[in-house]
Amino acid sequence: MVGQRGWRFRLIVALFLAPSLVPLVLFLVLPMFSSIALSFLSWDLLTSPRWVGLANYRGLLHDSEFHSALFHTLYFVAGYLPLVFVGGLLLALALNQQLKGVAWLRTLYFLPVVTSWVVVSLVWKWLLNPQYGIVNRLLGFVGVHGPGWWLDPGWAMPSIIFASAWKDLGFTMVIFLAGLQAIPHEYYEAAALDGAGRWSRFRNITLPLLSPASFFVVVISLINNIQVFDQVWVMTQGGPAGSTTVVVQQIVQNAFSYGRMGYAAAMSWVLFAIILVVTAVQLRLQKRWVVYA
Amino acid sequence: MPELATTLQAPALGLRRALTPRFTRRTVPRALLYVLLVIGGLAMLFPFAWMVSTSLKPDLAVFQTPPQLIPKPFQPSNYSTVVHIFPVWRFLINSVLVAVISTTLQVGTSAMAAYAFARIKFRGSGVLFMLYLTTLMVPFQVTIVPLFVEMKYLHFVNSYPGLIVPSIASAYGTFLLRQAFLSLPVELEEAAFVDGASHWTVFTRIALPLVRPSLATFGVLSFIGSWNSFLWPLVIISSQNLMTLPVGLSNLQGEHLTAWNLVMAGATISVLPILLVYLVAQKQIVRGFVLSGVKG
Repeated sequence: MVGQRGWRFRLIVALFLAPSLVPLVLFLVLPMFSSIALSFLSWDLLTSPRWVGLANYRGLLHDSEFHSALFHTLYFVAGYLPLVFVGGLLLALALNQQLKGVAWLRTLYFLPVVTSWVVVSLVWKWLLNPQYGIVNRLLGFVGVHGPGWWLDPGWAMPSIIFASAWKDLGFTMVIFLAGLQAIPHEYYEAAALDGAGRWSRFRNITLPLLSPASFFVVVISLINNIQVFDQVWVMTQGGPAGSTTVVVQQIVQNAFSYGRMGYAAAMSWVLFAIILVVTAVQLRLQKRWVVYA
Repeated sequence: MPELATTLQAPALGLRRALTPRFTRRTVPRALLYVLLVIGGLAMLFPFAWMVSTSLKPDLAVFQTPPQLIPKPFQPSNYSTVVHIFPVWRFLINSVLVAVISTTLQVGTSAMAAYAFARIKFRGSGVLFMLYLTTLMVPFQVTIVPLFVEMKYLHFVNSYPGLIVPSIASAYGTFLLRQAFLSLPVELEEAAFVDGASHWTVFTRIALPLVRPSLATFGVLSFIGSWNSFLWPLVIISSQNLMTLPVGLSNLQGEHLTAWNLVMAGATISVLPILLVYLVAQKQIVRGFVLSGVKG
């Protein structure tokens, strides 16, 4: 390294950092801090802002639409996470075998991950069209009268969950695959020599050594999906009869449809707090079940 | 050494069974596994196939019973129709423009900062890098409202700058590329410095070419992220001629609710470019997703 410590050196460092540091401060750090301030204001962007203290947060306590959005978000995550976790794990175990054409299968399973939520949602909305969708027509062939899917308040959220799990299965699969491939082969050989059966090897080697990958999947999936929005917006816009409204949608609508900037900001901090608590709990629980080899 | 002991005492039969490939016991489950995997693979492929199939069907054939996978007759004119009634080309151009510009900017700015963090020793480097990492935790929905207000003051609402400016820099890219720069041996640049080269020369001539795989990984990831981005373009853009494909598509569906062949034609047009990127850069993409946990 060059041993200059004068203004020239500082200038060089600044020139390297500025192109990323300045935009990050302007468009990420600044909005983040102003978001806190904003959450104490009443502001519609047209008239001048008014300080309201904790009124926005207090309002959230009594906002039944916000509460049902929170519940729907929870419902979504609770349905989605087990599907992508178990599905991704089983897929990874299967695709970790020395099978012919396995690379092709992996490519196929990962394909929906790179596709946009809008396309996936539109395609599934069509597949699950109650009247003309292929799913209900195939069900009709075997004599089952399919449900109304996204047009039925009881089935709308499950429809969104199915479509989302279908899209993200490939994502959890590659995380688990990476975890599986990091397990040294010698462990299995030694266990086989000891007479350990397949189940025992899975139970005592694969599962514990895969726990860091499992942990990653759970933490990342929770963080990402508590913020679910795109697929809900395209498939149902929160309907029918408000049965699929989610928190981010409430934030967007309050800010950009109702002009309640401060209220939306308060909402976003409540959601952020929930994400932080959930993640913190995960990090605490990690010691109990995650094994780092 | 319990392992060795059990191994030695293991009955000969068990040992042999453990060491020989068990074709007989495995063949049947393996075939079953194969069948299941292929069925699953078809379940992944089918929605896309059905999308393309629907996009090529005449209006009434879309609702025809029994449904057909291969449209008869083909109606490729759906594509020209959707392009005619909706500015799909415009959406496509906007998407390409925004994705190319923001990817280029993100790769460039991240590489520069990453080089500084990895290869230049300066005071406050550690603290500053920690701050970069901290910003990764902030969910976008926390900044979206004030960011919109900021864009309003800058007169960037409903404009290309409004679409692009928030994604000039990337803390994640800086993190990823810093790792890449750290893995380079010091000797490489020492020789160059002895010859009187500047940091900029070392960065552009020596370091950058060596981390090309990481640049590619981050580049494709950033491109896919921008291509599929929905929430921010939805919020910041209101004119149809500035919309990117995802936002335009969701509007197309809103306006032509039952014209599923047209909606699917639009969806197919928007999938093709990303499919191409995926098939060319599959390795980098999968690696990037594993490293980051970010999703499209």
